[in-house]
Amino acid sequence: MGMHSITVTVNGEKEYLEVPSHMTLLQMLREKLAITGPKNGCSAGECGACTVLLDGEPVNSCMVLAVEVDGHEVVTVEGLAKEGQLTPLQQAFIEHNAVQCGFCTPGMLISAEALLKRNPHPTEEEIKEALVGNLCRCTGYIRIIRAVQTAAEKGGA
Amino acid sequence: MLARPGLPRFDYVRAETADEVVRLLQERGEAARPFMGGTDLFVRMRDGVIHPQVVVDVKYLPGIRDVVYDAQAGLTVGAAVTMNEVARHPDVVAHYPLLAEAANSVASYQLRNRATLGGNLCNASPAADTAPATLVLEGRIVLYGPDGEREVPATEFFLGPGKTARGPAEIVTAIRYPLPPKGAAGRYLKLGRNKVGDLSIVGVAVFGFPDETAPSGYRFRIGLASVAPVPLRATAAEEILAEEPPGEETFVKAAEEAMNEASPIDDVRASAAYRKAMVRALTLRGLRAVWEQLA
Ligand SMILES: Cc1cc2nc3c(=O)[nH]c(=O)nc-3n(C[C@H](O)[C@H](O)[C@H](O)COP(=O)(O)OP(=O)(O)OC[C@H]3O[C@@H](n4cnc5c(N)ncnc54)[C@H](O)[C@@H]3O)c2cc1C
Ligand code: FES
Ligand code: FES
Repeated sequence: MGMHSITVTVNGEKEYLEVPSHMTLLQMLREKLAITGPKNGCSAGECGACTVLLDGEPVNSCMVLAVEVDGHEVVTVEGLAKEGQLTPLQQAFIEHNAVQCGFCTPGMLISAEALLKRNPHPTEEEIKEALVGNLCRCTGYIRIIRAVQTAAEKGGA
Repeated sequence: MLARPGLPRFDYVRAETADEVVRLLQERGEAARPFMGGTDLFVRMRDGVIHPQVVVDVKYLPGIRDVVYDAQAGLTVGAAVTMNEVARHPDVVAHYPLLAEAANSVASYQLRNRATLGGNLCNASPAADTAPATLVLEGRIVLYGPDGEREVPATEFFLGPGKTARGPAEIVTAIRYPLPPKGAAGRYLKLGRNKVGDLSIVGVAVFGFPDETAPSGYRFRIGLASVAPVPLRATAAEEILAEEPPGEETFVKAAEEAMNEASPIDDVRASAAYRKAMVRALTLRGLRAVWEQLA
């Protein structure tokens, strides 16, 4: 079985890791680095609970191999707040009660942050389209959409 | 549904040259498998459908992530260009908006950051969303193998579900699209169980342009997905549109013909009868939308 030495920056920290070929980025984050924000909902690219930023763009970490992120930068939900200061988007999720069980939230926040970065003033339709790969079984989505709108009004992510 | 366990064991090889991939495929046969985004391959491996011992990452081969547009030669999209890159590339948006629309209809935003154009075509699902656009834009698939490079027209590339004209030791390196005819317009209409984010129940690409050599003064091309073992052109419908004066009456007749050319199956997403009806509805809608841009 192939093992690979990789160097990857996760939430600003440089990590030196030994990973087997078949390990996914999601497994690497959760099982090697104990970063449990990204969740395993389906392991099949459907639910988005595992969404992280890879070089600034959201990807399903269950569909990426750990060895592929060698030399790259990964940000998980844990890396959004800076010095204990929640982002306007995270703040808006709290204000709007956009969280129930919370399983989808780390992925939702990552997808929504990425949306506001590429499109600071999205329409409701654009928000829905950007979050179509993030399933939520609890909230009915309305509060999540309102939270993203509030964050956008307050000047983006 | 329970989250499925991780991937089965395999060796990962990052290929630097196309010859290296060809050699690996020749030596290892079925045991070696090229991949780019992995969004089809990893799902099938996880489900136990295939068990490669080596997965060969081909997305770092020279040029395979490039988009090159030339005002004479047309567009060359590297096989490993992602759906999001296709959908927002200025030359694709300006000259091949139909291709951009099709790429943008695939899955979700985060999946489109990994899913590639070449992977979508190589996987050869009847539902492949970029296949109808590639068919009507008369795309050609560029293959590289033991005998060097060759091109296969998209119309001859798809042979059956998951089956293509690709040889066992060949890889797809790019897709070439000729310059679209002057004044052309196109639309890709996709019907899924949800408005966006799902595989298609039916996908219809309609492409039209003025042509003095056609009795009707126009030619239309129609590409269909999810309605037959392979994505296909509705050529009988296209003939009607070349012969008879453009307008509602002809469009209704052509849409009916496109429906007759479809041979869908019943599956979890829809029944064959519903799919047929939707081919007619979407073709008609597509023809009207393209005609509005042409007239
Ligand atoms: C949740 C989910 C939703 C999806 N929704 C859609 C959708 O709406 N529409 C749609 O069309 N598809 C959809 N797909 C399927 C998939 O995302 C696309 O087909 C994608 O474009 C495949 O590209 P890839 O780079 O990930 O392919 P890969 O998985 O890397 O490869 C696909 C196949 O091609 C082979 N291959 C890869 N590269 C090469 C090469 N260079 N030469 C020869 N063979 C090669 C691989 O061995 C494999 O068999 C979905 C998939 C998932 C998981
Ligand atoms: S766990 Fe990755 S998409 Fe569901
Ligand atoms: S809050 Fe429970 S899944 Fe979204």
